[in-house]
Amino acid sequence: MRMALEALRVNRLRSALTMLGVIIGVSAVVILVAIGTGAKDAIEREIAGLGSNIILVVPGQLNFAAAPTQSRLDLGDVAYIRRVVGDPTRVTVSVQSGETIRVGRQEAFVTVVGTDQYVPNVFDRPLRRGRYLSETDVDTRRRVVILGSEVAARLYGDVDPIGRQATISGVRFRVIGVYETVGATFGVARDQEVHVPVTTAQRLIGVARINGIGIGASGPDEIEPLRERVVDALVQRYPGEKFSAVTQTQLLGTIGSVLGMLTGVLAAIAGISLLVGGVGVSNIMLVSVRERTKEIGLRKALGARQRDILGQFLIEAVLLTTIGGVLGILLGVGGSLLIQALSPVPASITLWSVALAFGVSAGVGVFFGVAPARRAGRLDPVVALRAE
Amino acid sequence: MTAFEAIGLTRSYQLEGVSVDALRGVDLTIGAGEFAAIIGPSGSGKSTLMHLLGCLDRPTSGILRVGGVDVATLDDGQLADLRNRTIGFVFQSFHLLARTTALDNVALPLVYRGVPRGERRNRARAALEAVGLEHRLDHRPSQMSGGEQQRVAIARALVGDPQVVLADEPTGNLDSRNGAEVMNLLRRLNGENGVAVLLVTHEREVAEQAHRQIHVRDGRIEHDTGGSVTLA
Ligand SMILES: Nc1ncnc2c1ncn2[C@@H]1O[C@H](COP(=O)(O)OP(=O)(O)OP(=O)(O)O)[C@@H](O)[C@H]1O
Ligand SMILES: [Mg+2]
Repeated sequence: MRMALEALRVNRLRSALTMLGVIIGVSAVVILVAIGTGAKDAIEREIAGLGSNIILVVPGQLNFAAAPTQSRLDLGDVAYIRRVVGDPTRVTVSVQSGETIRVGRQEAFVTVVGTDQYVPNVFDRPLRRGRYLSETDVDTRRRVVILGSEVAARLYGDVDPIGRQATISGVRFRVIGVYETVGATFGVARDQEVHVPVTTAQRLIGVARINGIGIGASGPDEIEPLRERVVDALVQRYPGEKFSAVTQTQLLGTIGSVLGMLTGVLAAIAGISLLVGGVGVSNIMLVSVRERTKEIGLRKALGARQRDILGQFLIEAVLLTTIGGVLGILLGVGGSLLIQALSPVPASITLWSVALAFGVSAGVGVFFGVAPARRAGRLDPVVALRAE
Repeated sequence: MTAFEAIGLTRSYQLEGVSVDALRGVDLTIGAGEFAAIIGPSGSGKSTLMHLLGCLDRPTSGILRVGGVDVATLDDGQLADLRNRTIGFVFQSFHLLARTTALDNVALPLVYRGVPRGERRNRARAALEAVGLEHRLDHRPSQMSGGEQQRVAIARALVGDPQVVLADEPTGNLDSRNGAEVMNLLRRLNGENGVAVLLVTHEREVAEQAHRQIHVRDGRIEHDTGGSVTLA
């Protein structure tokens, strides 16, 4: 061990350059896995942030972040689904349109969402101030609005908006609530939405349709049967049409596997660079064996066995890669934290990637060190001593 | 008790398909505690013989017993052990590890014997004192004269208490004064410690300090001043 350290120290520059391959490989593994995992975590958090046990029903094929092109669902269908579900309070509705909202000279382009009083039963959408929509608001088509946190800040600044007026597409509304900040889901900036009664929204936009229905299952076990029941009921009502009902579990599953695969691919690419680093180690060890042939011959003459020599060179190789591995991990962790801090890319360092990278680098040392070390061990002492 | 016993020892090298016979049948017995010199012209096979006796090389044919044991029956580990415990080597070009201190160079054979570090250093220091280099313990080979380097090499050969020291032209790279000093050490080693010394040399006056001269020519022993005496 001392001897191995000494040997590495003697060829400091060469050892450092050889380690560099391992360092880059290991830090690449750690950073790329951290980014992949971080992205996955972030999206999973977004999905979980919607609420729990949610089923989203939309006509046609599901398309995130964009309103469906055509919808034949209307409020009658919502009532129908409410009967299918059995509990009307666990079903809410949405019709959306991009509109301009104005207060005095302040203007904002927002997504107007027409919905109803059951939003808090289905989605995780806490209020900061004021109240949710009420049954009366919906039934009497009141012109009341709940603002997303960003909209409120934009239009009113520090002023409490409750009870104040805002104009949406020329129609005057009264602010009854402000939502807490909830962040974005799939690029939908939910803090830039405003909620109005669905009936009011339909008149404002000039449509009779709705865009989607949100259902809150009573527990995780109910999600799948409820989803099937709802889709079956809709298909039965509109034979030949397509309806999508997605659950968070499905979303998590699909996105998780896609991102998992992505992380795997990234890790594999990084792994290849680690392998290349290993080939470098092998190469350097071969050079080192050739250079120190005489030393090997001498050691054998003084009583070193094959396995003493083999061990010496193997320890050197493993030391080279594990020191490189540790430095690579430090660099990788540092790099991940830096990326985390300086860019919007989320990075989450996982223990398994660090452990794997370290294990692999040590393994690379053994694997790529064995051939040169064996060659050293098998050197004929006379030939070795005569070498110049 | 014999240190070496060789019967019909041959060694040939294959060079691009041509066979070169470096040794053509050597019968030789070296007793314990003997002091013998091998002399002969260049290329006569002296070094080849030394390497065979020192178990650094295996004979093409013939039998070699070291300390009564037929070396053909030994595996790599046992041969290494034999080299480590029974034999001490001194080379013409010293063969010291360049970036290692005199003390650690001398202690090296003990590393392969599993001697603990503290004891290794004590024994190495004692060996260096025995060759008069107690003031050079932490010097590296490049910081020492050729004579000093060869004395370090002798200390390394005797640190493990061997039964024989094999020295291939130990004075070949030294001036006459340093050469004489090295010969003094080898003589003392033989006389005081009873270690058998077998050395190779070109120089008649060096060979004459030994008690027995073995003349080698063309891979054979041409003349041996003491062979019959020890065999008797
Ligand atoms: N590795 C080898 N391959 C081929 N031939 C060799 C090898 N080693 C030695 N020889 C040949 O064997 C013969 C004896 O060589 P050796 O080194 O034993 O001579 P020597 O008596 O020690 O000579 P010197 O006094 O010059 O050291 C020489 O002819 C040499 O060319
Ligand atoms: Mg020679």
